[in-house]
Amino acid sequence: MSAANRARPGRLLILIAIVSASTILWAFWPGASHEARLGLDLRGGTQVILTPELAPGTEGVLTQDQINQTVEIIRQRVNGFGVAEAEVTVQGSGANAAIVVTVPGVNPEGITNLLKQTARLDFRAVLAAGSGVEIATPSASPSASPSASPKAVVQPTELPIQAATSDELYEQYLSLNCFTPGLLQGGRADDPTKYMLTCSKDGFEKFVLAPAFITGDQVSDSQATLPQQGAGGWMVTLDFDSQGATKLSEASITLSKLPSPQNRFGIVLDGLVVSAPFFSEPILGGKAQIEGSFKAEEAKQLSQVLRYGALPVTLNIAESTSISPTLGQDQLSAGLLAGAIGLILVVIYLLIYYRALGFVAVFSLIVAAGFLWLLIIALGRSIGFTLTLAGIAGAIVAIGITADSFVVYFERIRDEIRDGKSLRVATELAWVRARRTLLAADFVSLLAAVVLYALSVGSVRGFAFTLGLTTVIDVLVAFWFTHPLVTYFGKSSWAESGGILTGVSRKRLIAGSTILTGSDK
Amino acid sequence: MKFNEVGNRLYTGETSIDFVGRRKLWYFISFIIIAVAAFGLFGRGLNLGIEFKGGAKFNVPSLTSVEDARNIVKNAGVETSVIIAVGNERLEIQTPPLDETEIETFISKIATDFKVEPGLITTQSVGPSWGADITRQALIGLGVFVLLVILFLTVYFELRMAAAAIVALLHDLLITIGVYAITGFEVTPATVIGVLTILGYSLYDTVVVFDKVKENTKGIIAQSRLNYRESSNLALNQTLIRSINTSIVALLPVAAILIVGVGILQAGTLKDLALALFVGIAAGTYSSIFIATPILVQLKERQPEIQALTRRVHARRVNAGVDGPENMKITGSPILANQLMQAGPRTQPKRFTRSKRKKS
Repeated sequence: MSAANRARPGRLLILIAIVSASTILWAFWPGASHEARLGLDLRGGTQVILTPELAPGTEGVLTQDQINQTVEIIRQRVNGFGVAEAEVTVQGSGANAAIVVTVPGVNPEGITNLLKQTARLDFRAVLAAGSGVEIATPSASPSASPSASPKAVVQPTELPIQAATSDELYEQYLSLNCFTPGLLQGGRADDPTKYMLTCSKDGFEKFVLAPAFITGDQVSDSQATLPQQGAGGWMVTLDFDSQGATKLSEASITLSKLPSPQNRFGIVLDGLVVSAPFFSEPILGGKAQIEGSFKAEEAKQLSQVLRYGALPVTLNIAESTSISPTLGQDQLSAGLLAGAIGLILVVIYLLIYYRALGFVAVFSLIVAAGFLWLLIIALGRSIGFTLTLAGIAGAIVAIGITADSFVVYFERIRDEIRDGKSLRVATELAWVRARRTLLAADFVSLLAAVVLYALSVGSVRGFAFTLGLTTVIDVLVAFWFTHPLVTYFGKSSWAESGGILTGVSRKRLIAGSTILTGSDK
Repeated sequence: MKFNEVGNRLYTGETSIDFVGRRKLWYFISFIIIAVAAFGLFGRGLNLGIEFKGGAKFNVPSLTSVEDARNIVKNAGVETSVIIAVGNERLEIQTPPLDETEIETFISKIATDFKVEPGLITTQSVGPSWGADITRQALIGLGVFVLLVILFLTVYFELRMAAAAIVALLHDLLITIGVYAITGFEVTPATVIGVLTILGYSLYDTVVVFDKVKENTKGIIAQSRLNYRESSNLALNQTLIRSINTSIVALLPVAAILIVGVGILQAGTLKDLALALFVGIAAGTYSSIFIATPILVQLKERQPEIQALTRRVHARRVNAGVDGPENMKITGSPILANQLMQAGPRTQPKRFTRSKRKKS
């Protein structure tokens, strides 16, 4: 025990006041959302867990690169589906990676089937290209049939549209508006042998494309590079296998002679055009490079897309859960009710057993609960932490573990008093001993939380996060709030008088023993 | 005697429960429980939820009886199903694995028959290999955690304490899993979470007890009043009130979850979690007192210096005409209690012998 430690409880209380104020400010930052982010088991919605796997017939291992690319594809699909607040995250890595798609609210039908489609990568020659909005039909024959001129053009509901000949696609091409909701989601059937009408990923351009002349598995490598000369900025290099090289030379010889846009080819991923460069010259060696005004990030993304094609990823639906909003609401109220009952029971017990000292414990519990609530809000906003039913359960269990810190501390105080120490000395001696125990025990809890978080998937993670968070809060509150408060309590003459309500009555603490005398040794 | 008086007498050693000395009894009790648990585990096996074996689960808000529901499900083309009434207003239907299209057809069919909105039917479908993945991840997590804990406890305490703590941990896990096997309660991911929490809790409890043992046995070699066994047993008795209080404050919130989970929701995450926790926390408290410390004492008593200490203490008591550890019975004797109170290395200058002190 250091003298400084004993003399400055006020400073610690000021410290925790500052920490509390900053946390409150963080949680209730003006303009931001002030509500906890609820998991879908609490507000209803659909969650699909997909496990990526290399497509059958391909060899090799799944790289992080491919997983990231798959997540990008799925994100495009989900965002294109037009559901608000959908989320795509990866948990785990390598062979254990799982892609978790969460769509809150009602269950959008068909989304699971959309998600599990394997995305293809193909190279297709461009037959027609234009701005992604409706192109005004040239009024060639205004007088021909006035009744038919506002011909009801049915906007397609999904892309790409495929046909055996390109002619069938032109009319739809003209009227296609890429910004029609739901069009840019990808994930639809994609037959490489058919003609295709589709849009660029961002919707700014639309294309009629010929059947694929190169398929993704014929790309052997792709890199984003910055040439030494520095001229032209970032570019993407492409290497093809022998089959791809042959097809590339054939296509480039033909296409490079054609006028724009027929000299272009579309790199089509998951039914949408990722990039549509043009051939400036025939490419014969099986090595190509795409130049343009790429930013470093764009070049890297494009090369990632191209590498993905070599080893397409199939997605298995590992788990799909949909919970109706009413059940979610029921679970939320039940969880909160359980928490309230648990807290009240613990408070009653602490007050009965520890009396005045119990009040210190109850205040500390309330402070800890407050911190947890604020951090759930703040972390929900900043790192996307969602509160699930398992998380609530973790928090309720933590009430017991937090209260136990106080039990350890208070029992030590009583032991010291039994040894004949004055209350003031007892509180400090007890703290020094209890502090060590607390840190060791909380460290084990934190270890459990970190290991669980790092190695698990799904609801276990939410629980582990809450457990870790509450453990940290427990230490913080015990050190900066409970301890200084108990120090003040120990200094008060009322507590030292040892009344029966203080919880540290010397008379009670030696009662029944023939050895304890209660005097200072 | 009042509760607080018991606490006081436990602290001084006037009342002392011989936890360490009767270890054979505790081991026997645990052995029986674990044997029953193992019997259940290998006999009946665990009732795994669809999350582990694959399948689909539908939760329908409906007042229909289970018998009628069974017919509805059969009409919808699913032959084998488990139907449970959850509370008065909900039915839970478990089916073998269905693919996404089958699920959508199934929902639309039963929604008509149950006369509910399809959107109100909660579904969950799990692929068969996913459960194996989760289980494997959980086991890897368990392994990594145990290794890290052994490392930490070895640094913070010592290897023997780490070993004893891990034995107590496995003891709690076995009992909890055994309870699930015997009762046939469904094992869901929430159960796994509960069991994993027990890991943390069981060790937390053991750490608190061992910290007291460590404190009591600090410098124990330098004195000859108390042997290791008595010192540890005193530590157990001194932390007994804390252990009881801790269990109460830990079990109260869990009981709240259990009450709400069973009483209001009838099924689901809260119930599964609370059940595992309830069993695990009870086992954890038991093992930190009755298993962890006795094992620790056994391990320690193999050390030569601890054996020497035991002989020294015994010889000293024979000289003084006081018998050895047999006095550590449930009521204790004031003579021994006096010794215990004076035993701590911090209160007694060790160069004085008893006879010298009597003269002064």
